[in-house]
Order: sequence, then C-alpha cells, then structure tokens
Amino acid sequence: MANRRVKFTFPTELIKEPVIHQLGQQFKLVTNIRRADVREDMGWVILELEGEEAEIDRGIQWVSSQGVRVDPVGGDIVEG
Amino acid sequence: MAFVTGLRCRECGREYPIEPLNVCDFCFGPLEVAFDYEAIRRVISRQRIQQGPGSIWRYQDLLPVDRSERVDINAGFTPLIKARNLGRYLGLENLYIKNDSVNPSFSFKDRVVAVAAAKALEFGFDTFACASTGNLACSVAAHAARAGVKAVVFIPADLEAGKVLGAAIYNPTLVAIDGSYDDVNRLCSEVADNYPWAFANINMRPYYTEGSKTLAYEVAEQLGWRFPQHIVSPAASGGLYVKLWKGLKELEALGLVEGPLVTRLHLAQAYGCAPIVSAYRKGSGQITPVRPNTVAKSLAIGNPADGIYSLEVLKESNGRAWAVGEGRVAEGIKLLAETEGVFTETAGGVTIAGLANLVRTGTIKRDDLTVALITGNGLKTQEAVQDVVKTVNIEPNLGSFQEAMERLEAKGR
Repeated sequence: MANRRVKFTFPTELIKEPVIHQLGQQFKLVTNIRRADVREDMGWVILELEGEEAEIDRGIQWVSSQGVRVDPVGGDIVEG
Repeated sequence: MAFVTGLRCRECGREYPIEPLNVCDFCFGPLEVAFDYEAIRRVISRQRIQQGPGSIWRYQDLLPVDRSERVDINAGFTPLIKARNLGRYLGLENLYIKNDSVNPSFSFKDRVVAVAAAKALEFGFDTFACASTGNLACSVAAHAARAGVKAVVFIPADLEAGKVLGAAIYNPTLVAIDGSYDDVNRLCSEVADNYPWAFANINMRPYYTEGSKTLAYEVAEQLGWRFPQHIVSPAASGGLYVKLWKGLKELEALGLVEGPLVTRLHLAQAYGCAPIVSAYRKGSGQITPVRPNTVAKSLAIGNPADGIYSLEVLKESNGRAWAVGEGRVAEGIKLLAETEGVFTETAGGVTIAGLANLVRTGTIKRDDLTVALITGNGLKTQEAVQDVVKTVNIEPNLGSFQEAMERLEAKGR
C-alpha cells in the first residue's frame, strides 16, 4: 500500500460536486482530508490518498479529468 | 552552533525536531525553522557580523546551520549600487540596485542552496537534488560539486540548451522529463518521497528558504544599518518575498537596525504567471493556481508554496503587488543594462518594470530610499533580448568605417 499527499483545487462549477466521495467509491482508495478551504467561487482540499500505487495514479487521473486541479501538497516542485 | 529550537508548522503550530522534513504530519501544513531569539540576542551585534566573512555566513547566528567550508562557494555579500542613471530616468533620487546576479552560480539561489546544502551534509546525505528550469539547477549542481557529493537534477525535456549547459557544466546527473509542467511537478514529488536524497526545495525547504533572509540583512547593513522605505522584489513561489520580511523583522527585533520597520515590501510578477498578484487584486486570501505562460521562466510557478503567506506580508508591510506586461520584461532588462551596466535575466526585468509602475502610480516618491532586487544574471536568458544585436557592418578599410560613423551621427548616435 502507498500513501500520497495531494491538494485538489476545485473551480466554481465543481464546488457542489461530491468528487472526493466518488473517488473513494469508484477506486479502491481511502481518502483522508487534513485541511480545506471551500468558498463560493473556489475551494481547495488537502488530503492523503491511500491505496495501491497504480490505483492512486488512476484515481488522480480521474479527478483531473473531472476538471479538478491536482498538485503536490507543498506547492510546485519545479523552480526557476 | 545554530540557535535553532526545532521546526514548527505554520498552520497548526505543532513542533518537530530538526529533521529533513517539510510538511506537518498532522495537517500537511508547511514547516518553518524556529529560532531561540533570546539566545541570539545575547551574542549578536553589528560588530560581530562585520567581523564575519564577506558572504552570507557573516549572518550565521541567524541561519539554521553552521557554516561548512566543504560546501561553501562564497554566496552573498553582493554589491548594493546607487543607481543614479536609472533613478534619474525613473524620477528617483535614492534608488539602489542589489545586484545578486554576481553570485557564484549567477543568481540569488546560491543563498538558499548554500544553507540547504550545508544542512544536507549535517544530515549525512550523499546526494543533492532538485527540479528546476534554470537557476536552482545551476546552484544545486555547483554546491554538490564543491561538496564532492552526487547531484541529481530534474529538468523539463524542452528546456533551452543554454540553461541545460549552465547546470551540466558541474556534471550532475541530468534527468530530462518528457511531459507537461504539471507532470514534472508530480513526478518529482513522488521521487522525493521514494529516494533518500536531499531535495533542496522539498525535504530541505524549511532550511533552504531561511537563506533568503540574508538578502534583507545585507540590504540593511550596506545602507548603514538602515531600513529602506521600499524594497521591490520579484516573486515566484513567494519564498524569497516572505523571508525578506522575516529577515527585516528579525533585524528590528534584535536591535540591529533601529525601528520602526518602515519598509514597504513590494512584489512583482509577470502577467503570464501572476497567481499572487491576482489574489492580491481580488482581495482574496486564496491563491488560484495557474498554468504558467511567461517569458520570465524563473518566475513560472503556477502553484506557489508561499503564495498565501505572501498575501499576509503584503498586508503587514503595506506593500503592493504588480503584474507587469510580458512585453515590459525585456524592456526592463534593457533599461537596467543601458542605465547601470547590469545585465539581468527576465526576473530582473520584471523587478525593474514593477519598480517603474510603482513610481508612475505614485507609490514610490522621488526622495524615497528604494532598493530593487536583481536576482539573476542576463547571460542565462539571452533569448529574451536577442533583438538588441544590431551590428554596424563595414569593409576592412578606414573609409568604410568613416562612412558608417557619418551615417550613425546622422541618425543621432
């Protein structure tokens, strides 16, 4: 089993969608929210995903395909 | 010895021992180095600093690591020059340029990497690593070469040849990743989780960012232990910007510079990647990540780690944030070169264009003591100003030269 810490950023149109619930339903992943800030126009959730490495990759791919931005928890890694 | 008490989460305040760790296990917030300022106050003085080496290590009492000769490439204590010509052009009487483009690997990154690298040696790592599109890669590879340890540098596969060479010359393992900017970020995050290496801006990040404070210390010391009224800084992750403020506050709290801390700390980004400026303008405490599309590649961080904290500093320091037009970046580079003889990279162009905006809009007044931070060298981003190359072509005889001179004089040159 693997763990990955990620940040989901939701655009306005996805604020009301239960994306994290669906992620846990559709993939063999445990989602563990640690911090979040959800407002009317946007929101972010910092969470840990636990599951098989390949399943985490598939889950993240699906979340991204829904229009949610997925980033490493500490911000961009690549610097100038 | 370093006057450090531990690491502390910026979000929930939980404390951790000094380890290669950057994220709080509880809330996943970023960790920051906590200092024992009472102990520092007992030993530090202007005199003690001035007797120190001509590098960032003169401020060792305020850094989370002891100086290591093994890794030291002499970063910092760069020139602060009075910019009379640029000041005259912009309408400023007291403008200074802090020229960090003359650091050993030609950017301010040497300050942060020096601290991260020294800490990595303390922890016993045998490999330094980073993911970078330029300056950070050069600095990590250079410090690893000096320390005699391995370097692994991740770069996007489509990086310009000149930038690849700037890092490759130090002989690191260069890993070129074929993918989008987001793919590179994601992969490097996973690599950092799986390999026992010292990643400069990941597991070394709490120590790494402290190195930025030395830029603030030097500005104040070189001004005769004074706070300027304005500092204009470029911003990417926001790490430099936030730590500049921390450095200035430390100087005041320790009595090294007489308060009050009057400095307004301004921030500039390029229009094609300005997530901090956008949030500032909206008055939002939220950073909306963007996909960078800017000529200022050294500032191309779409999801800035210290973005939210930058907004706090903007408020606390009464600073302003500007996004400068992409076309203004090259203009800023040329203006600085033509007026002061300093050739900066695109981030410096952003700073100069931002400075011009702050003057034009009346934020910075004619007599205000102002410092603009030039963080990188122009030789690294030559493609941004290729159009300056205009030669006078002549035959190899004096007559041809004289004719050319007459043509130039007629044009007023």
